Amino acid sequence: MELLKGIGVSPGVVILPAVVLDAEDLVIPRRAIDASAVDSELARLQGAVEKATAELNELKTSLTAAHGKEIGSIFDFHTGLLKDKALIRQVVDEVRKNHSNAEYAVVLAMKKLAGMFLTMKDTYLSERVKDVYDLEKRILKTLIGAKHESLSHLESDVVVIAHDLLPSQTAALDKGRVKGFACDVGGRTSHTAIVARAMGIPAVVGLGNVTSAITGGDVIIIDGTRGIVIVDPDEEQLAEHAEYGRQHLRLEEELATLANLPAETTDGHTVQLLANIEFPSEIDDAVARGAEGIGLYRSEFLYMASETEPTEQDHYEAYCDAARRLKGKPLVIRTLDLGADKYTFGMGPVKEANPFLGDRSIRMCLHNLPMFKSQLRAILRAALEGDIRIMFPMISTIMELRQARMVLNDVIEELEDEGIPFKRDVPVGMMVEVPSAALLASNFAREVSFFSIGTNDLIQYTLAVDRTNEKVAGLFTPAHPAVLALIRDVIRAANRQGIGVSVCGEMAGEPLYTQLLLGLGLSTFSMNGPDVPEVKKIIRNTTTEHARQVARKVLSFDSERQVVHYLREETKKIIPEAF
Amino acid sequence: MTAVTRDIIILNSLGLHARPAMQFVDLANQFQANITVHKEAGPDGVEAATVDGKSVMQMITLEATQGTSLRIEAEGDDAEEAVEQLAKLVEDKFGEEE
Repeated sequence: MELLKGIGVSPGVVILPAVVLDAEDLVIPRRAIDASAVDSELARLQGAVEKATAELNELKTSLTAAHGKEIGSIFDFHTGLLKDKALIRQVVDEVRKNHSNAEYAVVLAMKKLAGMFLTMKDTYLSERVKDVYDLEKRILKTLIGAKHESLSHLESDVVVIAHDLLPSQTAALDKGRVKGFACDVGGRTSHTAIVARAMGIPAVVGLGNVTSAITGGDVIIIDGTRGIVIVDPDEEQLAEHAEYGRQHLRLEEELATLANLPAETTDGHTVQLLANIEFPSEIDDAVARGAEGIGLYRSEFLYMASETEPTEQDHYEAYCDAARRLKGKPLVIRTLDLGADKYTFGMGPVKEANPFLGDRSIRMCLHNLPMFKSQLRAILRAALEGDIRIMFPMISTIMELRQARMVLNDVIEELEDEGIPFKRDVPVGMMVEVPSAALLASNFAREVSFFSIGTNDLIQYTLAVDRTNEKVAGLFTPAHPAVLALIRDVIRAANRQGIGVSVCGEMAGEPLYTQLLLGLGLSTFSMNGPDVPEVKKIIRNTTTEHARQVARKVLSFDSERQVVHYLREETKKIIPEAF
Repeated sequence: MTAVTRDIIILNSLGLHARPAMQFVDLANQFQANITVHKEAGPDGVEAATVDGKSVMQMITLEATQGTSLRIEAEGDDAEEAVEQLAKLVEDKFGEEE
């Protein structure tokens, strides 16, 4: 038995055989295979060698036809190595005697061979090391590729284990058969997390080295609720987690019945629950779970998913797609939040000593006007298709906000001059995620239509904590009294000015904070789609008066520990199974 | 069953590089006999080596450049014929054009 801890990014429990996916161009980990699997591993290896040979022969035929015999024979050496019994024996022995996976055995033998070439004095021969690398890649591709293909036609239910899942890999998955994910790397916003939540299957990421701990075919437990993976579980754990799985399903079913009910307190006060998305395709699932619109569309993912700079038309089409899926429900598009940890193809990570304090987000947009303008043009044009709103991120001074608005006005004039149809009066809001903006919220409130509090960055900047740094991540919490005081002030400033205010950070989707935020006067919560039902359940089981009491009590505490402890007790009263 | 040996010298200008090594191995693999190729220790710290004449990977590691002396040894029913043909291949400079 081995228990691995990671980040649970999609809840639920699943107990199934694993399929391990190795990504191309990655370090191939050694995985011990079971003695009983040696024969099938060798068969897989043989298949790969045969396929690689066939590929090379085909290549030879076509090269010979096109360029003659001389050129046609350049891959003969590759074919020769594949036929070399001494070489193949090394690979086979590694699998047979050391029970290594075929990929690793190939890498090992090729490494040894490359080493031999590299030490040769004759440069003509040492140059051939390139052939060795090339051949290694070909065999690995065949080995791994065969597995990829098989993942699109699975015979039975499995869970998928990978270093990290690439969009191209998830696209090829047999979605009806894949029932869980576990990855070495990743976080709540990684591709795997998003896909898993959209598919409604459990996922744990950031496990460190799950790919080498698990062998294809092992029955493992993935507990996405608790963020753990258990390799080689014992009877007791199997029984325990099977029960957790049933509990989760019961809760899901119960929550699903809430989807069409309003987010209304027992004393008749209604709030708005919206979803955060990265791609328009996530909208259908979010709406099905009860989201009344999109409170945060992270538009920069259009950039990150593409290998070339998206054109105005690309932006426009994505926004129209989103608007059409929403059928009149609100769509808040956050303008490009690039830089710091999010880069595009062309920009590359610019070396900055403090990227999170550097040229990111709205600052970067104001330094790259053509890019910024093409996005704004697309938003204004697409706004004819639905209830679209613009939100500027990372505003830290009033001048930044005014500059961004000026660019928007320029764009309006340009569209007008060009006679292109667009919507003029698109509401403009801003993210409040820098302490300077939170402290001066009442000034900002006079110049925008709405605020959205980005708690993730607000916490990072207020508490000076990088939550991806594991040594200090424990200090990162929305429950810090300083963070709560800022949130209280921002909500108050917005309510006094009569503008909308939402929280779109992760805090909004955590049931622990629902009553507190409600009690502070928050009218809109924007969260990951799957979090909507649970938050709604809390709202439908409390009163505004009780929520205000909770908020008053929380603001009287001077430590985050007291806050969390108290909120836990309060939340358990409504959802006993939540903790 | 006796072993048949033959001393040869690599004559072609590029030596026993990838393509000649492939030709040698392809030919060697047509025989039942076990075929080994031996290189004597030489000056400049060149180590003696004995490799499998049917493995291109091992043949390459001989680093047999032009002028290198090698000994082919074959053991098996068709050893005589194998050595004969392999030696001819080397003597014909692997068909390389001068």
